[in-house]
Parts: sequence; C-alpha cells; structure tokens
Amino acid sequence: MSFLRRYVFSTDHKVIGIQYYLLALFAVFVGIAFSVIMRFHLSYPEAKVRLFEWLWPATASGGVMTPELYLSLMTMHGTIMVFFVLTTAPQSGFGNYFIPLQIGAEDMAFPVLNMLSFWTTLVAFLVLCAAFFVEGGAPLSGWTAYPPLSAVGSIAGPGQGLGQTLWVVSIALFCAGSLMGAINFITTILDLRVAGMSLMRMPLTVWSWFVAALISLFAFAVLIVGGVLLLLDREAGTSFFLPAGLLINDRLLPNDGGSPLLFQHLFWFFGHPEVYIVIVPGMGVVSTVLSVFSRKPVFGYKAMVIAMFSIGLLGFIVWGHHMFSSGLNPYSAIAFSVLTLAIGTPSAIKTFNWIATIWGGQLRLNVAMLWALGFVSLFVSGGITGLYLGQPALDSYFHDTYFVVGHFHLIMGVAAIFAIFAATYYWYPKVTGRYLSETIGRIHFYVTFLGVYGIFIPMHYAGLAGNPRRYADFAQYDFLKDLTVLHKFITHTAFTTAAVQLLFLFSLFWCVRRGRLAGENPWQATTLEWAHHPAAVHRGPYEYSVPGSRKDFVMQNETAS
Amino acid sequence: MLLPLCILLVTLVTAAGFVVRRWWFPPPINEYASWFDSYFNLNLAVTGVVFVLVQLALAWSIARFRNRPARHTEGNNRLEWIWTVSTLVVFVSAAAAGERLWSAFQLTASPTGALVIGVSGKQFAWNFRYTGADGKFGRTKVSLINDASGNPFGLDDSDEASKDDITSSQLHVPAGRPIELRMTSHDVLHNFFVRELRIKQDLVPGMEIPLRFRADKPGTYEIACSELCGLGHHQMRSALVVVTAEEFESWLRGKASER
Ligand code: HEM
Ligand SMILES: [Cu+2]
Ligand SMILES: [Cu+2]
Repeated sequence: MSFLRRYVFSTDHKVIGIQYYLLALFAVFVGIAFSVIMRFHLSYPEAKVRLFEWLWPATASGGVMTPELYLSLMTMHGTIMVFFVLTTAPQSGFGNYFIPLQIGAEDMAFPVLNMLSFWTTLVAFLVLCAAFFVEGGAPLSGWTAYPPLSAVGSIAGPGQGLGQTLWVVSIALFCAGSLMGAINFITTILDLRVAGMSLMRMPLTVWSWFVAALISLFAFAVLIVGGVLLLLDREAGTSFFLPAGLLINDRLLPNDGGSPLLFQHLFWFFGHPEVYIVIVPGMGVVSTVLSVFSRKPVFGYKAMVIAMFSIGLLGFIVWGHHMFSSGLNPYSAIAFSVLTLAIGTPSAIKTFNWIATIWGGQLRLNVAMLWALGFVSLFVSGGITGLYLGQPALDSYFHDTYFVVGHFHLIMGVAAIFAIFAATYYWYPKVTGRYLSETIGRIHFYVTFLGVYGIFIPMHYAGLAGNPRRYADFAQYDFLKDLTVLHKFITHTAFTTAAVQLLFLFSLFWCVRRGRLAGENPWQATTLEWAHHPAAVHRGPYEYSVPGSRKDFVMQNETAS
Repeated sequence: MLLPLCILLVTLVTAAGFVVRRWWFPPPINEYASWFDSYFNLNLAVTGVVFVLVQLALAWSIARFRNRPARHTEGNNRLEWIWTVSTLVVFVSAAAAGERLWSAFQLTASPTGALVIGVSGKQFAWNFRYTGADGKFGRTKVSLINDASGNPFGLDDSDEASKDDITSSQLHVPAGRPIELRMTSHDVLHNFFVRELRIKQDLVPGMEIPLRFRADKPGTYEIACSELCGLGHHQMRSALVVVTAEEFESWLRGKASER
C-alpha cells in the first residue's frame, strides 16, 4: 500500500480516528489563540499590537482591534470550538478508533463512507478558515448566526458578505460529514459486535457513542435544513427568515413573509441536542476511567444507560429554553421550563453514580484519573446554574450575559475538554505503546483545573452584575466600569491557562518516541481494546475486584475468572 | 492529596463570591425586582447547599479511598430510585415555583391607565414614541423613516393621529405608573435590558412584542442592548429616565412644543 492510501486517504478506522483527533487538536489551538486575543482586547482595548496588524491588516490597522474584528474572532472561536473540536474529537476521533476495538469488530461497517466523512469535515474546516481571507473578513453574527443579521449580506456589517456565506457552507458540509459518521457508528454498533457482546455487555463508552450518533442523526439533519434555507435567503432572494419592511443601513429590502424566529427554532432544535453530542461521549469515557482506576464496577451500569437515553430523548424537546426572551408565546415557556428542569434529573443521576463508583474504591490517582475527577467537579459546577437558566423569569435577567458564558463553558466547554484529556491519557498507551509523561501531566492538570475555575466562575459574577455578552468593548456603560478588575483577573488567568496547554502539546508528540514503554494492558483494564484478538465475550465490561477471583480484574473475553 | 484540596479551594472561593456579593445585582427599583431577588436568593440557598455538599463528597472520597482493597458493588436500585425521585421533585418544584414570577412578568395584562410607549431598535440606536394628546399612535411608513430629519419611526403626517406623536431617544417614564412598551425592530434583532427592572426582551422585525413594567424609584438607569446586532452592539445604549408624574408631564409638553 502506498503511503497515500495508508495514511492520507485511508479507510482504516484507526487512521481516520487519529486524523479526526489531529484536526481537533489543530482547531483547538486556533480556538484558544482566538480566545486569549479576545480576552486581551477586552482588558486592554487601546493597546497597539503589531501581531494583530500583521494578521488582520484591514481590521486591526495600526494594531488596534476594531469591534468587527473582535466579533469575528468570537464567531470563529465559538464555531471552531463547538464543531471542530468538541464534536470532532470525542465522537468522531475516539469513536472511530475505539468502537471496533471495543466491540471486537475488524473495522467500521462502511470504511469508504468513513473516509468520506473525514474529508468532508476537513473541507468544512478549510472553508470556514477561508472566511478570514475574503473581502470583509470573517462573519460577526456569532456561532448561532441569527437572521436577519446573518441573512441580508454585507449591508448588515463587514463579514456578513462572503464571509458569512462561507460560514454557512462550512456548517452545511460539517452536517453532511457528521450524518455520514452517525450512520456508520449506528450500523457498526448494531451489526458488528463479536459473539457474546450483548448490548448490555457493551462498555459505557460504546453506549455513549451510540447515543451521540443517534442524536447526531436527528440533530444535524435539522441544522442542514436551516443552513440551506439561510443560504437561499442570502443567495437566491427567498424570504424564509426575512419579514416585510426590513430597512437595513437605509436600504429597504424587497423580502416579505418570513420569520426570524423560525431560524431560531431550527437552530436550537439542533443546538440543544448538540451540547449532548458534545458531552455524552465524555460521560462514557469518564465512567470507564473512574471505574478502572477505582478498581470497582461502574455503579449502576443500567441506570447509566437509561440516563444517557433519557438525556438523548429529552434533549430534543427543551430547545425553547434558548428562546425565553426571543418573543415566543410566553405560555410555551412554561412547558419548556418544566421539561428543561426535568432533564436535570438524568444528569444528576449520572453524577451520583460517578461519586458512588469511586466511593469505597482503591483509587489510583494517575493523570487520566485526575482529568476524570476534574470532569465530575466541573460538571456539577456548570450544571447547577442550569437551574437558574431553565426558569424563564430568572433567565430574563441572565440571558445573553456573562453568566451564560460562564455556565456553558464550564459544563460543555471545559468539561468536555477534560474528558478528551482523560481519554487521551487513558488510551495513549493503546495507540502508541507508550505512556504520556505523568510529571508533565500533573502540572498541566493542576494549572488547568485551577485556571478554568479562575476564568469561568468570575464570569458568573460579571453576569450577576448584568454584563452583556458579545460586547467588543466595556467602556460605553457606567455599570461595566466597576467590573474592570474582575475582567483583568479573568484575562490573566486565561493567558496562564492557555500557556500550559503547550506543555500538553509537547508531551503528546515527545512521548510518541520517548515515553515510558507500556505493556499490552497497562491499566489492568477489562474491555476488549486491551485484549489480544478476542474471539468471544463472556461477561460484562466492568468486572473489577470481583470477590473470589484471582486478580482484581477479569477481562471481557476471559472464560474463567 | 492535592486534588481534594484544590476542589475544596475552588468550592470555597466560588461560594465566597456569592456570599460577599462584591459584584451583584443593582438595587431593585420596583416590587417585581425585589421579588425576583428574593426568589433568586431562595434558588441560591438550595443550589448552594447542593453544590457545596456534592463537591465535598467528591473531595472527601478522593482523599479517603486510597490504599485499601476496593469494596465490590455493582449498584443499588434503592439508592437509584431515591436520588432519581428526589432530584425530579426538586427540579419540577423549582420550575413550578418559578412560574409565579414568570406569570407576573409575562402573563398579566396591563391594568387600565397604563402608559403605552412604542419602541424601535435599529443598528445601533434606540427610539421611543409617545402618543401625544390624542392617546393614539399615528400611521407610519417605512419609506418615511429618516433619522437625519428627525423621523426615526417614519411618522406619516398625512394622518391626523401622527401629527402629535412624540419621539425621543431616551425612555422617559413617570414613577409608579404601569408602562407597556410595544417593541419592534426595523433591521436585525435587538434586546431591551434594564438591570434594575430584572427584565429582558428581544425586539424582532416583523413582530410587535409587548413588555410591561412599572418603575417606582426615580433615577436614570442604563438600557443595554443584549442581543448581538452587529459591530456597534456594545454601544447600543440608551437610558430609562424615571421621574415624578409632574416632571413627566412637563417633559412631554416640552417635547410637543419642539415638534
Ligand atoms: C481558554 C479557554 C477559553 C477562553 C478563555 C474562552 C473565552 C471566550 C470568550 C472571551 C468568548 C466571547 C464572549 C463574548 O464576547 O460574548 C467566548 C465565547 C464562546 N466560547 Fe469560549 N473560551 C475558552 C474555551 C472554549 C471552549 C473549550 C469552548 C467549547 C465549547 C468554547 C466555546 C465558546 C462558545 C460557543 C462561545 C460563544 C461564541 C458566540 O457567542 O457566538 N470556548 N469564549
Ligand atoms: Cu439547551
Ligand atoms: Cu445589540
């Protein structure tokens, strides 16, 4: 096989998994870079920075960032993080690599489709990046791209021309890639399990990829529709989202009969399930890592499976909580509120089960375990504020303030990132045959753990004071002046936290050759990816410390304990 | 041992911020806002206790369960039922309790005698419209909208009712009188947010959305656009000016004579 067929246009699930992971890795560093640049601007709005001018000559001339540059960085940061990092690595990256290994299959069900879905995703990413290089620059309508701002072209602002079009095309391509992936995941898990691997013997990781794939199938199918309609409004003169009488920048538009709220429905019908596509695979990994390093079975395996399915299902009927102040009929808010708070229950169940899993265990606090435990802590801190945001009256203060930015970063942003780190440390020996450095890992973990709390908890305080989000500048309002110290603190913490991520990057590549050698089953784990050509499965996935057995773990493919 | 200590640290510091309240809501200026605050505090008390307890349980079990053989267990259905039912009860009762506040805000019609004010948002300015002496809003036409000539609503003066309509770039209201804003936008989405009132509502082109409140305490409060509307979003600012009834009347008269 030529190099090209083997590593570039490969149909091997392992190579594709790594390709997805590397794409996400590149994307996350771009996303982080944008975030610290944004933070820098918020705290030092007047600073002249050569680098900015060099990167964006049109929108940062003289080195001072314009509001449109801030907003385009914000849009790209959010879009890159949500789609190309958090949907790409946990689901497509780890899922592709480990589903076949964990269910004892040779490869994914449709290897060519698999390759196609990766390349579609990569093209989507390139199209997105291209938005920076066109006339007007990248779009500034946020990762949610609400019309009319996103639908009327460059009269609404720089970046709303070709830049926004590229954004929409990129997202539509991404949807297509994800749909192909979802079909592949579902088929593989249903059809290609090795003998004895009944559904209720699947590791929770496999369950989580399965649930996330089901959610993807229904959610991306709706987003792609929203994207196409938006594109038609932009390019073909239709009026799906544009009402009559729009007067933009002194120009009267000919559109008639559309509804801006329709887009919000389509977007959030996708958007809320999307946060579960992001976090559910993380839940699977964390459950497994906690179990392995507590030397105990996952507490309440069946409850965990049921909880994941309830989250997946309920996730499709709560989208209205993003629209409490958008002009919906206020009666509908009551239904959405009850459903939203009800979905807190399966999330709480999972948290209790995680704590019960480590309770009474024999904890091995290596770096993978630290990230998993950190995940639980963040999931609680970020989840609990959902109680406020799920109530329409309280949300009518917090909506679109930094309180929301703090909330979603903790629960979906960094919690999911922590799960990715846990998974990386846990599976690195499987992929490379070596361990990642534990020393670097510890430093990286502790600084990041304190760092993310230091960044995102203060954002809640800013939100309590009413600080609106998506502001390029806080100088216009009297009440925001009082928050300067708080924002400086956030900015400095963000720089520190971002800097230690370079340690991880170094470790990740350095240890491929130089890491400590790992054996075939370095963590003494039970699932099939650590087994040697498993022919059949004889037991559940988490048999740790079973009374009466010789070792403290029994692999799924072992016949006798 | 470091991790339990770190968890303890972030838990205490986070909680401290909510106790010390260095950065907090501005003082309320009506009954609704006070009610909002006490309801928020109730939520805070409940979630605060849960937050601290769960983080402590996590930290404690990390510190405790180390060098001893693991106790094998695969779960406990009774426990699962207990925490499923109890969290469901807490969450659904929170939703139910919160609805009372919501219906006071959104589901209660304005009493008679409410002052109706038109609001329009555009990139990146606010405009407010009062009916004038006849108590009626006059006809408007999009084609007549012209900020430079001082006609931000496009008032059509061929309609009698339009002739006495008053427009302003700030929202002046009399203290203690029920207000009903009728909000719309001419271009993109915007959002009307006044912290002291604890309310927020989008302005949507093609829709006229009502927003009801009463402001009791005279003063000037900032109106901050809270829905991304373009590059000037962060400067789409106006003021809610709450004055006594007499001051309000004389302000209106002054405005009318300007026309
Ligand atoms: C070092 C870590 C990070 C920092 C300092 C950071 C900072 C920021 C800042 C300053 C904003 C703009 C807020 C505004 O102006 O309204 C933002 C928005 C956002 N961030 Fe992050 N972020 C980080 C990591 C992440 C991660 C891991 C995710 C993944 C979910 C993420 C997702 C988003 C999203 C979706 C938005 C909203 C963008 C929009 O409003 O359209 N961020 N972040
Ligand atoms: Cu949601
Ligand atoms: Cu705005």
